[in-house]
Amino acid sequence: MAAGPGWSVEIDGTRALVVLEGDWLALSGILAPDAPRQVLATGAASLAFDATRLGRWDTALIALVAELRDSCNDHSVACDTSALPPAAQRLLGLVVRAAQPGAKHPGPFLETVGAAALQFGHATCGIIALIGSTVLGAGAMLRGRAMMRGADLLDCMREAGAAALPIVTVINLLVGGILAFVGAVQLRRFGADIYVASLVGIAVVREMAALMTAIIMAGRTGGAYAASLATMQANEEIDALRAVGIPVFDYLVLPRVLALTAMMPILYLWGCAVGICGGFVVAIATLDLSPISFINETRSSVSGTQFALGFSKSLAFGALIAITACYVGLRAGRSAAGVGLAATRAVVAGVIGVIALDAIFDFSANVLGI
Amino acid sequence: MKDGTPPKIQVDGLSIGFPGLTVQHGISFTVKTGSIFAIMGSSGCGKSTLLKTMIGLLRPSAGTIRVEDIDYWALGNAERAKLGRRFGVLFQDGALWTSMTTGDNVALAMRMLTKLSASSIASLVRVKLAMVGLAASSFTMPADLSGGMRKRAGLARALALDPDILFFDEPSAGLDPTASRRLDDLICELRDGFGTTVVLVSHELPSLFAICDDGIFLDPVSKTPIAHGAPRVLRDTCVNETVRAFMHRERIQSDRPAPDAAHG
Repeated sequence: MAAGPGWSVEIDGTRALVVLEGDWLALSGILAPDAPRQVLATGAASLAFDATRLGRWDTALIALVAELRDSCNDHSVACDTSALPPAAQRLLGLVVRAAQPGAKHPGPFLETVGAAALQFGHATCGIIALIGSTVLGAGAMLRGRAMMRGADLLDCMREAGAAALPIVTVINLLVGGILAFVGAVQLRRFGADIYVASLVGIAVVREMAALMTAIIMAGRTGGAYAASLATMQANEEIDALRAVGIPVFDYLVLPRVLALTAMMPILYLWGCAVGICGGFVVAIATLDLSPISFINETRSSVSGTQFALGFSKSLAFGALIAITACYVGLRAGRSAAGVGLAATRAVVAGVIGVIALDAIFDFSANVLGI
Repeated sequence: MKDGTPPKIQVDGLSIGFPGLTVQHGISFTVKTGSIFAIMGSSGCGKSTLLKTMIGLLRPSAGTIRVEDIDYWALGNAERAKLGRRFGVLFQDGALWTSMTTGDNVALAMRMLTKLSASSIASLVRVKLAMVGLAASSFTMPADLSGGMRKRAGLARALALDPDILFFDEPSAGLDPTASRRLDDLICELRDGFGTTVVLVSHELPSLFAICDDGIFLDPVSKTPIAHGAPRVLRDTCVNETVRAFMHRERIQSDRPAPDAAHG
């Protein structure tokens, strides 16, 4: 005999009577999902309910009866719910059955790979288009034709420049110091203490200042750009701009890309200065070096070419970070989750992009003998 | 509504607002069990602030809110949260959690706060979504739902723990008349079916007149309630100018420029 907590079935010929007893409250865990199977297993041709002993009830009762009713329909069993409380019958009336779509399952392997490849191609085209638009937009701006507010550009520059100074200072100072420490320990063994200055100078100017500053900015400013654009996307602010006819690219992307591209070299120069200072302090403190000899050695070893290399790296890093961040932000989904995802993606893409681009720079410099 | 119905919520001498800003004061009213109670007033008068105070998001600066004779704000945080589980809240735009599917939105509270088995949760989620007419949208992300669907999904989520009291913030705002009417009907069905007490903030006149049994009218100028009663009764009998203007969509006399002055 089919039964469960709060319900039992009485068979009367071909008719099954589901007797409901006591309270049917969802939070008490009374709902038995296998009730329909049990009731149908009795082989009855029709189903009715007895609710005379039913106590308090809520959705649990509706869920049970709705499932019984649907299973009965599937098996051509007549289901009579008229004995239930009128209020429950009205609520049951609301529970219309709809095709239950299944959860999405990933397609076959080839399909997944193909879709990923297509998406990658699409993203690459998007980035290239954005780079093209930036170049065109910068040209338009020079001719005073870009639809961009000067105040926005200045604000972006302050945010990507002055506001980033403290963290850029701290990181570069420490990196310079760390380089000096590492160099000091190794070079002292050969009595080549003085070359700590060359090591710090060349490493900072050619590599570390540009790279560390770019990584900081990818995390700090790139993430912020992506998050703010994604939030605007989620709030339909970007749609509103489009609807008014303000070009989204000019108004939102251009000031950000220009600001970061302009600020990055300045931050780089500042990073070089404090990086060398960090190395200087550590070298003087740990080695038998005079300040003058450190400065002289630095001046003779750091050439203009190395500065030029670091400087052009920082320009390229700035543009790369800003463009990827804006691209990711504008492509974000329209939800709070989309904003978080966009910020993460922008930072990851920015950092990886910066390091990959740095490798390309160094490879080219090597080939060119710089 | 019978007079013998026990009160579900009693509000006494309540002052609401933010530090340094009183939005409304001297609010007292009773919500009867199984009734639909309206908080009315023009935009910015503090309706939503009152609702937030009632659901435990904002501490009142004075007065008491008693839910079934328990002083809600005198409880410790843990007990207040426990009592709050008997409330279902539908926020203005649904406020669905966008990182999960509609079905998961409804299931979350059951998964986190109850010990129900996964299969009963699935079955309850199905029936709750079906009740609001979203049976087919269980695996849809909130971003892909229309405004009306989002609101109905929000209602299904509000029903997750089978609440005693349902709070609605502007349930019909942004819905077309038919959808708004359907939501009104749904609110009535739920009230009649489960005996749920409903408190709603609204300035949609048709739904106020159609479904509310009682209400309070907040005045933004005097910062205190100026009328109590069912909206349709207030519409027909209230003599207060602000309330009449609201209920009849009239211009307030003092706002209207004198016809002569307009012509110089």
